[in-house]
Parts: sequence; C-alpha cells; structure tokens
Amino acid sequence: MTIRIVQDCFDPYREIQAYQDSAKAMTGKFGATAIFIGTMRDFNDGDEVKGMTLEHYPGMTEKQLELIVAKAQQQWRIIDALVVHRVGAILPNEPIVLVAVWSSHRGDAFDASRYIMEALKSKAPFWKKELLTSDDERWVLKNSDGYKTM
Amino acid sequence: MIMTIKVRYFAGLKEQVGRPEDELVFTGLSTVREVWCAVNTDKPLPGNILAAVNMEYVELDSIVQDGDEVAFFPPVTGG
Repeated sequence: MTIRIVQDCFDPYREIQAYQDSAKAMTGKFGATAIFIGTMRDFNDGDEVKGMTLEHYPGMTEKQLELIVAKAQQQWRIIDALVVHRVGAILPNEPIVLVAVWSSHRGDAFDASRYIMEALKSKAPFWKKELLTSDDERWVLKNSDGYKTM
Repeated sequence: MIMTIKVRYFAGLKEQVGRPEDELVFTGLSTVREVWCAVNTDKPLPGNILAAVNMEYVELDSIVQDGDEVAFFPPVTGG
C-alpha cells in the first residue's frame, strides 16, 4: 500500500501504470483493478470556479489515510492499494485524488475502492478553498453525498 | 504538574482565530474543550468543529496530557 500527498500536478494514468509495473509481487495475481480519479470542476454550488487551494494537516492526513487503507485491507481481500492526493494550488481539469485497488476479483476491488474514497471524504484532513471567477474566495464547508443535486 | 500543550488550527477556523497555533501552559487535568476555552477566551467553540490529539480524532471531553498536540478544524472537504 502506498499513500502520497503531492504538491505538483500528476498524471493518474501514468501513476497507475508505473505502480503496477514496479509491484512485481502482484504480477499474475490480480484479476481486478478498481480506479477512482477525482478531478477539479470549473463550477460548484451554482458558481464558476477558476482555481482552488487544498490545505492539509501534514502528518495527520497521512496517518488517517493509512488507517483507512488498513481498514479496507482487513475488510476485503486486497492485493495492493495506491492513494495519491494533491495539496496546494489546483486548476480546473487537474486531478485531485487517485484511489487504485488491486484484487484477485472485482467485488473486493470495487467495494474497497469505494470504501477508501468515502472514508477519505469524511476522515482525511484536507480542506478546499475555492477561487471564483468573480475573484471571491470561499471555503468549501462540507462534502456532498457524491450525487448530483437537482 | 505544569503541562505544555500545543494547539493548532486549520482552514477556515485558522482564519477565524487569526493565528495558526497557540502554546498553552497549565496545571491539572484538562479536556480538549477546556484547552479551546483557555486559548480562545473571546470565542465559544463552534458547534461543527472536529478535534484531534496527536493526529487522532478525539471527543471534546477527552483528557489531554503534557506534550500533546491538540488540533481544531472544520469538517474535512478533500477528495
């Protein structure tokens, strides 16, 4: 399992390929890879957003993510997991988070990746501050339930 | 016994408090909530605030120990 907090923009697809290529122990063992990529939108709550700053709590963020992945490993049959999360200044269309889970079968991979992502949303200390096209700044006060509100 | 506690604030709460951290020196048992009150005498603890001691989530009535790092922050919004 690997958890990385990164300042610079990353390519999630390259991260997945590089991780899979370097993890020789799982070659031939995994039959399922579930991947979630969170990307910054240029809109939120009815406003146009042109940028975002992501703050975190160095040390606690990594610790909480390790706990979350460890819990997923206890609950499902996972071979390996990779979590990459941006901090600092982010622009629309840039990736914010990558969760990738490798397992022998799809059920464990799907369920564990969903669990890791939802737990990250409610437990990992990250905070988003949006910069609107009007140049107003605002903190995002809470995460949504993950579905579009009508 | 004299105890020294480091208090940290994050995100919107850090802006509201107006500083990133405090150091608190006191004697006797104290809870996380009492730590807030001791360093923020002019501000009641906001209702939706989360707290951590040594980077683990705690309830507000948890007891703090000498050398602990206590953190207060708003609901998290990563991902």
